Amino acid sequence: MMAEGGDYNFAYLDEQTKRMVRRALLKAVAIPGYQVPFASREMPMPYGWGTGGVQVTAAVLTPDDTLKVIDQGSDDTTNAVSIRAFFARTAGVATTTETCAATVIQTRHRIPEAPLAEDQILVYQVPIPEPLRFLEPRESETRTMHALAEYGLMHVKLYEDIACHGEITTSYAYPVRVAGRYVMDPSPIPKFDNPKMDRMPALQLFGAGREQRVYAIPPHTPVVSLDFEDHPFSVQAFSGQKCALCGATHVYLDEVVTDDAGGRMFTCSDTDYCERRQAAGFRP
Amino acid sequence: MNATPLLTVDGLTKHYGQHVGCEAVSFSLWPGEVLAVVGESGSGKSTLLGCLWGDLPPTLGRITYRRRDGTAREMGGLSEAERRVIQRTEWGFVRQNPADGLRMNVSAGGNVGERLMAVGARHYGTIRRTATDWLARVEIDTARMDEAPTAFSGGMRQRLQIARNLVTEPRLMFMDEPTSGLDVSVQARLLDLLRSLTHDLGLAVIIVTHDLGVARLLSDRIMVMRGGRVIETGLTDQVLDDPRTPYAQLLVASVLQVAG
Repeated sequence: MMAEGGDYNFAYLDEQTKRMVRRALLKAVAIPGYQVPFASREMPMPYGWGTGGVQVTAAVLTPDDTLKVIDQGSDDTTNAVSIRAFFARTAGVATTTETCAATVIQTRHRIPEAPLAEDQILVYQVPIPEPLRFLEPRESETRTMHALAEYGLMHVKLYEDIACHGEITTSYAYPVRVAGRYVMDPSPIPKFDNPKMDRMPALQLFGAGREQRVYAIPPHTPVVSLDFEDHPFSVQAFSGQKCALCGATHVYLDEVVTDDAGGRMFTCSDTDYCERRQAAGFRP
Repeated sequence: MNATPLLTVDGLTKHYGQHVGCEAVSFSLWPGEVLAVVGESGSGKSTLLGCLWGDLPPTLGRITYRRRDGTAREMGGLSEAERRVIQRTEWGFVRQNPADGLRMNVSAGGNVGERLMAVGARHYGTIRRTATDWLARVEIDTARMDEAPTAFSGGMRQRLQIARNLVTEPRLMFMDEPTSGLDVSVQARLLDLLRSLTHDLGLAVIIVTHDLGVARLLSDRIMVMRGGRVIETGLTDQVLDDPRTPYAQLLVASVLQVAG
């Protein structure tokens, strides 16, 4: 299948590669939270820019899809713009910045504020898929721990947080347990977004290019953030701040330094959400 | 003493290709008993310990362990899952080098708490209290429980490793030269601690050592190994004071005598 220009195969990757990725994805969906190895390809971008996410997106994209790409909640940062342009050129698909209009959303560091629906796919870019990596460096050992569901070590990380800081200070890549079985790294999204993963109607796919792993959360799957009985999971509160542009509360806020005299403001991290609220007449 | 043994080893043999690791080792260990395995370097002590713990698959032989619930388990026939459950709830392993048995980048409290969390403890306050208790029992200043073991001395690290193993109240401990990296005064303190802990907890221990002083101080029984075979076994006093085989006589005679 050729794209408009005819120079690239549809969505850049060749058909065999896409089949290989899809097979890995099917296995990932069948075993929620389990890291499935796949033969990650070289992509025309550096590792760390979303090579895993791009391969997953290429594998699931169809000509009728509408693609949205988010980087840190924003549609117009370098990473988001270039990946969107990449697929506009190699797949000829429609692109959008509107969360509700997109059928495939590739994201780095955020889940959109607007709720997602069953006909949408959310693709995450993952730098390090192994949640136990920094506590147990041996891959052979972490695989055994996953196989036998030995996850005590994950709580050692949270224990260390409380012992050193009085509370769980892990604020991104906060470990979750998927469907009561596998412990999973949700990629470096803020823990603010963790509750959105729980029973999300959309399909969530995760791609780690350098580490050659994909994993998935099927629609409506329970996702629980790990915690202690006496130190329950909680999300960032932003101490009563609201968005300086649209007045939103209960959203993830970015703190923006505005001058060199200590001036700063808080704005929605999700730029599309903020713009739509402003268009609907919301003001601070 | 209890009539049924805790651990029964029958004809345990480990070959590394043509080379013999250990050959036809058989013994029984009863609850609360401390067994010392002595012998020179290369005599098969560590191979034996590795086979018993489960790191090394034996070439031949059976290891039968009686679990806390009274059921006998043939270790070779267990699934990896059950073997690991036994290892972290009913057994413990104190390594010669504490860095191998500890998580060096995790605080002392976290090191002790890990086993509790591994068996399902999910209440921070309880884990913290239990860890504090155990650190105190092995004479580590609890004010230092949030420091990583990298900041600890060799003796403290070894005591921390012992606390980390004992926190789930195991019934059987394996120790591989636990005192050999320490200077003499620290060794004495650690031995004293080990002796009172094994006595208070009724622990069964298999301790591998080349130091007959350690064996004399801690153990009830001794097994002397040479070239992979057990050449003499008996009560500690009996073997050390009246060795039967020429090799054991040599071994006992080669201990430096300090001030009669």
